[in-house]
Amino acid sequence: MKKSVWSMCGMCTVRCPIRVEVEDNTVTWLEGNQHILKGALCAKGSAGPALVADKERPQQPLIRRGGRGAGRWEAVSWEFALDYIADKLKTIIDRHGPEAIMASSRGGPFQDLVKAFTHALGSPNYTDHDSACGRNVHHASISLFGLGRKGFIYDIKNAKHLVLFGRNILASLRPAEVNQVMDMLDKGGRLTYVDVRQTLTGIKATNFFQVRPGTDYALALALIHEIIKADGYDAEFVERYTTGFDELAYFVENYSAEWAAKECGIKVKDIHELVGQLIADRPKVVFHPGWMLSRYNDSFYASRALNCLNALMGNIEVEGGLIFAKGAGDCGGKGPRSLTELSPKPTAKRADGVGDVYKQFEKGPGLFHLFYKAMATAQPYPIKGIICVRHDPFSCFPDPQAQKEALDNCDLIVSIDTHYSEFGWYADVILPESTYLERDSMIALQKGMKPRMIMRSKAIETQADTLCLCTIIKGLATRLGLDQYFPFNTVRELWEWQLEPTGFTLADFEKKGFVEYADKPVLYDRDKLEGKFKTPSGKIEIISQKLDEWGFPSWKPYESPAKPPKGQYRLVFGRSPLHAHSHTINNPLLNELMPQNTLWINTREGGKMGIAEGDLVDVISGDVTSVVIAKLTDFIHPEAVYTVHGFGRQIPLQTRAYHAGMSDQKLMKGQLQNMDPVGGGLNLCETFVAVRKSSKNHQRKREL
Amino acid sequence: MNTYTLYLNSKRCIGCHGCVVHCKANKGLPVGPILCEISHERLKSVRGVPKTEFKFRSCYHCEDPFCVTICPTGAMKKREDGIVYVDAPTCIGCMACAGACPWGIPQHNPETNKAVKCDYCMDRLDAGLQPACVTKCTTHALKLMTMKEI
Ligand code: SF4
Ligand code: SF4
Ligand code: SF4
Ligand code: SF4
Repeated sequence: MKKSVWSMCGMCTVRCPIRVEVEDNTVTWLEGNQHILKGALCAKGSAGPALVADKERPQQPLIRRGGRGAGRWEAVSWEFALDYIADKLKTIIDRHGPEAIMASSRGGPFQDLVKAFTHALGSPNYTDHDSACGRNVHHASISLFGLGRKGFIYDIKNAKHLVLFGRNILASLRPAEVNQVMDMLDKGGRLTYVDVRQTLTGIKATNFFQVRPGTDYALALALIHEIIKADGYDAEFVERYTTGFDELAYFVENYSAEWAAKECGIKVKDIHELVGQLIADRPKVVFHPGWMLSRYNDSFYASRALNCLNALMGNIEVEGGLIFAKGAGDCGGKGPRSLTELSPKPTAKRADGVGDVYKQFEKGPGLFHLFYKAMATAQPYPIKGIICVRHDPFSCFPDPQAQKEALDNCDLIVSIDTHYSEFGWYADVILPESTYLERDSMIALQKGMKPRMIMRSKAIETQADTLCLCTIIKGLATRLGLDQYFPFNTVRELWEWQLEPTGFTLADFEKKGFVEYADKPVLYDRDKLEGKFKTPSGKIEIISQKLDEWGFPSWKPYESPAKPPKGQYRLVFGRSPLHAHSHTINNPLLNELMPQNTLWINTREGGKMGIAEGDLVDVISGDVTSVVIAKLTDFIHPEAVYTVHGFGRQIPLQTRAYHAGMSDQKLMKGQLQNMDPVGGGLNLCETFVAVRKSSKNHQRKREL
Repeated sequence: MNTYTLYLNSKRCIGCHGCVVHCKANKGLPVGPILCEISHERLKSVRGVPKTEFKFRSCYHCEDPFCVTICPTGAMKKREDGIVYVDAPTCIGCMACAGACPWGIPQHNPETNKAVKCDYCMDRLDAGLQPACVTKCTTHALKLMTMKEI
């Protein structure tokens, strides 16, 4: 039997819309949804069927029998595993109250189930991975616009100039966005790329700035300075929609192009040239405020400065600029129901202190790493049970060893994932979720210029004894007497319940695989943006009232980043288009093309240490040493070494990924709580590592 | 006479290797054979920006293909429209074709013990579709061109 199924890719969290062809329960073809992506997918997207077929992913529920992390597992039935977890959860609730349980999932449209379950238990402690990703950008955006980082759509395709600070947009890629960038370049648009190294994005740039690591904020401040000095900003827009411009002008007075050129190690004439271009290209200039910007201890302010440049360009709600993301309500429609609406709002304070000790952070998902503090100190109260859904904190946050020590205070650790995660390997129970091609997911609303509802339907039946998340959560809820918060027996019933208020039915998804609320992009009247910015003043707050209230400056005086001591380098990391962090390292087809990472070292620095291309090097931080192959390049700043994140995995059952390459987060010793105090993002690029030629290099090749 | 060629708009190509996996996934290939390749030269500074361009290579579908001449079983064939392909049922996996090809293009499929190579996804072409790499290229940089267009 042949069929064609609309669905959604799940190889990374971009979640591209796809169409899957299936014959006899086997995927014979999959492609990007023609209506949105015209067929395009990335390499990972095509490697999905290889994930399904891979026997090196958990095939049935597993319960730990040896010590934590020892890898002795007993395969059990779903009934047994869910009973086991429910019993343990009940015991924890009896002894410590429901707030002693926390859960984490990946952010995005599917967090609803996990969040609703946590709240239904009576715990406020739902969290996600974002303190190692976009929190700084998110909070910076809120402080300026009153809207989170997803509050705007970047209309790159129609821009004349895209400015990227370390946002490696063509490698950490989203196919729809990549096509916008290429379309913009095809139309003669300019790309400015700022990073500590050259990347797949930088090679397409009109202007490339290889800056000293940690100096993004300096360059952003200098751009503000020069644009104001040249009267090159949109004075009318600034006057009308912003507060605090004069203070900003005063603040940046000393941050000239000359100053930044020295600080960043770039040419002053190049900065002036860029400023000239930006003024000419305004308002169709997009300053990307960063995606994953948990990097330096001033990343919050760097992101704030970049978004402030957007305001100075006057690019809000104009073609080729930043467009307000519209929801169903903007089109006179209603969005799908969420389960979180049904669960009672928990009354207990969050164990991570967010919203209480830390007023500056948005409550929503809080900050995961702060829960480790609560676990270790039992303050403000103990955390005894943790469930991580499709989230591997050991691969995501620094210093897994420190995380394990905190976790040892827990009575129950559960990992729900499609593959073995490093965290799962340390857990008490592994619940294998069906892969994205074998599972249905909840309907989600995707805000945008044309808001739409998206859904994932399973293309094939499960190939192993796995379940979808809806069924897993429902199974746990039933066992815990929380049935009323999950009013469905099948996913179809859940979908129908979600769709009820929207006026759409499942049949409406059949034509294109999604449902749109508008035919044409919805734009607000640019002359009536009053009230659209959800700040206390209703304007773009260059000087933020809230930050003031909490005792943080809106603009932090620039501090030069520390230089690494002799023989040491600043460890920076990034992504390859072939892998989605740690999730795909063991995928047969992706592993074939990229089986390990390397350490990029500046050619001259390598020379000084007697390291040649291809040599094995030791990378050392505290008591951790990783061994990896050196790649020498002129196009990385001499203070930095770089590697692709996600490698150096230590799960014996993942034979392809086992000990292949190095792991950056394991080298971030003692950095688990090193966060940006205003943005909440972890400072993941504040580790210095020593590098030396490894004794593991063969001196001579011997043959007998 | 050759009818087709694959053209890469290197301005649009981002070197993501999507095409390589799209190809393998479409043909259901295991780890081992890789039928198309993305490569680039070392980075060189162009007006202050370190740059390079990507190149795409699969089979050239030669006018007089050595792989066809050498094949002992006649499994390696050239179609009317110029596509050089392996007729799998007749292939014995001796890989003489790979030895004869100046670029070693034909690959060994360890699962089937047969040769496999780029055939412009002729099953898809015959069904009115485009090759897998073209259809799914991340940036729509690859195009199947007919010689007439060139
Ligand atoms: S970017 Fe690639 S892996 Fe991620 S959802 Fe899209 S096709 Fe899948
Ligand atoms: S998929 Fe397209 S953009 Fe990516 S490497 Fe291949 S040809 Fe280039
Ligand atoms: S396999 Fe080699 S010899 Fe045969 S057609 Fe292709 S390029 Fe020519
Ligand atoms: S491997 Fe197959 S196609 Fe190649 S020469 Fe041998 S029989 Fe012919």
